[in-house]
Amino acid sequence: MNDIIEFEPTSYHVKKSTDGPALDITDFNLWYGEAQALFDCNLEIQKGQVTALIGPSGCGKSTLLRCLNRMNDLVDGLRIQGKITVDGFDIYAKGVDVIALRKRMGMVFQKPNPFAMSIYDNITYPLRVDGITKRSILDETVERALQQSALWKEVKDRLQESALGLSGGQQQRLCIARAVASDPEVLLMDEPCSALDPIATARIEELIEELKGTYSIVMVTHSMAQAARVSDNTAFMYLGRLIEYGDTDTIFTNPQKSRTNDYVTGRFG
Amino acid sequence: MTSLNEQQPPASGAAGIAAVAARDAVKPRNRRRYSADLSALGEPALWGFGGALARGIMLIAGVLLVVLYNGATTFWPKPIDRVALTDGTVIAGVERRGTIFRPDLPRLTDEQRAVVEENEGFAYRTLYQTANFDLYGDDFQWVADFETANVTQPEDFYYFERQTWGVFVGRIAGMTIDGQEMAYDADVLKREQRAARERFREIRQLERSEIGAINHHIERERLAQRRALLREGELQRGEAADVDGMASQARDGILAESQARIQTLQAEYEVLQARVNEIRANDRRYTVTLEEVGGRQITPEISQIVRYYPANTIGIADKIGIYLSRWWEFVSAEPREANTQGGVLPAIFGTVAMTLLMVVFVAPFGVITALYLREYAKQGRVTSIVRISVNNLAGVPSIVYGVFGLGFFAYTMGGTIDQLFYPENLPNPTFGKGGILWASLTLALLTVPVVIVATEEALAAVPRSMREGSLACGASKWQTIRYVVLPKALPGIMTGMILAMARGAGEVAPLMLVGVVKLAPALPIDGFYPFIHLDRSFMHLGFHIFDVGFQSRNSEAGKPMVFVTTLLLLALIVAMNATAIIIRNRLKRKYATGQF
Repeated sequence: MNDIIEFEPTSYHVKKSTDGPALDITDFNLWYGEAQALFDCNLEIQKGQVTALIGPSGCGKSTLLRCLNRMNDLVDGLRIQGKITVDGFDIYAKGVDVIALRKRMGMVFQKPNPFAMSIYDNITYPLRVDGITKRSILDETVERALQQSALWKEVKDRLQESALGLSGGQQQRLCIARAVASDPEVLLMDEPCSALDPIATARIEELIEELKGTYSIVMVTHSMAQAARVSDNTAFMYLGRLIEYGDTDTIFTNPQKSRTNDYVTGRFG
Repeated sequence: MTSLNEQQPPASGAAGIAAVAARDAVKPRNRRRYSADLSALGEPALWGFGGALARGIMLIAGVLLVVLYNGATTFWPKPIDRVALTDGTVIAGVERRGTIFRPDLPRLTDEQRAVVEENEGFAYRTLYQTANFDLYGDDFQWVADFETANVTQPEDFYYFERQTWGVFVGRIAGMTIDGQEMAYDADVLKREQRAARERFREIRQLERSEIGAINHHIERERLAQRRALLREGELQRGEAADVDGMASQARDGILAESQARIQTLQAEYEVLQARVNEIRANDRRYTVTLEEVGGRQITPEISQIVRYYPANTIGIADKIGIYLSRWWEFVSAEPREANTQGGVLPAIFGTVAMTLLMVVFVAPFGVITALYLREYAKQGRVTSIVRISVNNLAGVPSIVYGVFGLGFFAYTMGGTIDQLFYPENLPNPTFGKGGILWASLTLALLTVPVVIVATEEALAAVPRSMREGSLACGASKWQTIRYVVLPKALPGIMTGMILAMARGAGEVAPLMLVGVVKLAPALPIDGFYPFIHLDRSFMHLGFHIFDVGFQSRNSEAGKPMVFVTTLLLLALIVAMNATAIIIRNRLKRKYATGQF
């Protein structure tokens, strides 16, 4: 480990979106008990674009992602410092309705986690917990979400069957459909393809391509090839620090930091 | 292996090299394959484990076989032996069992002593069910082999099961049909017995249902009168003097009305009683004269005879018929003869009702407790202590729960309920004594640790990703538990319920303190308002086994019933558990199809 790199400031060369930032992370620090996991992270997630978070295991990229919809609240002994704002609204401010926040941030997990319900009930779950029971609205949402997640053709005739009967790739697309059902502003994806085979992965990547523009997507990935293929901006993190954040092409072809260069060329990590 | 080539000896020809190479290549591999140590493979340990399992299975199978064999053969009709003894007396009875024993030599005659001494002081004796308790004062008699002169199985001996006094063994000497004495005729007796049993059932129906209903209403009127008097007393204490007169007027009105209703009921009662007396008088005109082996006779009404058969001439088809009819009586009728004969329907009913009531109490209580403990309570020292305490509760002797149930539920809670809601019945307790409600609550308390532990495990087994998925959808914690966690944990919770049910249904000791009785006069559910009488005491199969086998006047007569009742109790528990398991598996399939 090189101390000189540790204290160098982050290098920024972000491709700005015309709509401005969707999320603004300012001077964000995080501790699990005594151990600090994130150090002074500053980044703006651009609206309507795909932002990839890359870095070696344990670098804090999943932690950062889970802070965006406050999933980390469930962890005991967690402490944060700094600010994360959505449209100028601080999500860690006192009195914030976490449930309302999570409805604005759809999340897709590493392993497909459909509920033990029918496909229909899975997708309408975010609406039903909101108290929406009107059949026409639910039907409409199911069709839209399944169209968006490119699953409609495959499952439209068996919406009432158990979601657990789908294949792994289909289950993950169902989870994406569930995440977009409540029409969020941001989609958070935590290694969405790591449990899938290459064909299913390709389909999810296509899907991300289609969804961007409608939603701002933040995606954690271990595959640099995937980050290069689907993202507009890439953030490289190392040991809880944001090393370099910017245009994906630049990160992979002409990184500004030697540490980034080492990682993307496969010299370590 | 790497040095294989280097080890080769100098070449003495291509064939030589090949042979040596082959030998070197094969030999070490062979040696390696067979060199594994026996203990390394774990074989001896495996034999030990297998042996332990086999022993366990054999013990369980042994218990089941003993219960099954004794339970299944009890109702099979057996022949009657007529045994002539060397001292000239003759007895008749059904052979029950035999043992080897050491007779008291000085009390024997010289010849007998010679026989016994030849067998090194041992002899064999047989227990006969001689029955005829009303004549002999005993139901059983031991007969030693050295005092037996000869054993025959006379064709004219019959086995009678009577409504009272138990079994009679002997001949049929004659009968009186409609007041006319006549000789025994098999067909006539068969027909008349059926008619007489019909009369018997009619009398019982009148006495139990119709007269019972009238008595019930009269009792209600009596309580209503008492209630009116009590209320007047309260008014007098609290109100002014002029209200006093009004209260008395109201009281007089209520009392007069009530008295009039009692008069009407009394009249109805007289009519019914007259009808019963009429049937009784008619019934007395049909009797049968029975004669025991010694020649003494009794003349009971034919309606007293529940079942009879010529034990030594009966054919296999009739035997099967009697066997089945006894089983049917066992599961569908009430007990007679201090529970040693007849059926156990009230006990079956009591066991099932109590167990189901217990599940109703234990399910919400246990599940809610576990839910709070696992999902909401802050995990720390306090929850650890609570958890350990709950686990330890499962080890408290069940009789302690019985004592607690009697002291807290019956006396404290029940006593308070009586004072508030049933003051007219005091000093007779309504809820202030053992009853099915307090028994189920006590058992619910006894089994709640099982449910809590199982539910906690089931909740802990729900994957974190499921909860996170739900929370990420914007569901609250309660919604997540309600729609995602609980359905997923339901099969596990059901397993806990099944264990609790099995434990509860088989428990006896605490029940003896909180409501189980030897003979319950009425079922906890009947046709009188409010239909479900949670205050009533009840019968229970487990207690029935204890009572019949070890507490009755005639425990020898009850012994076979122990096995039959055990068999029935086992069958009942298996049936209840099987139902629960089927429900659980349905749920499992519903919530876990195609999970990979």
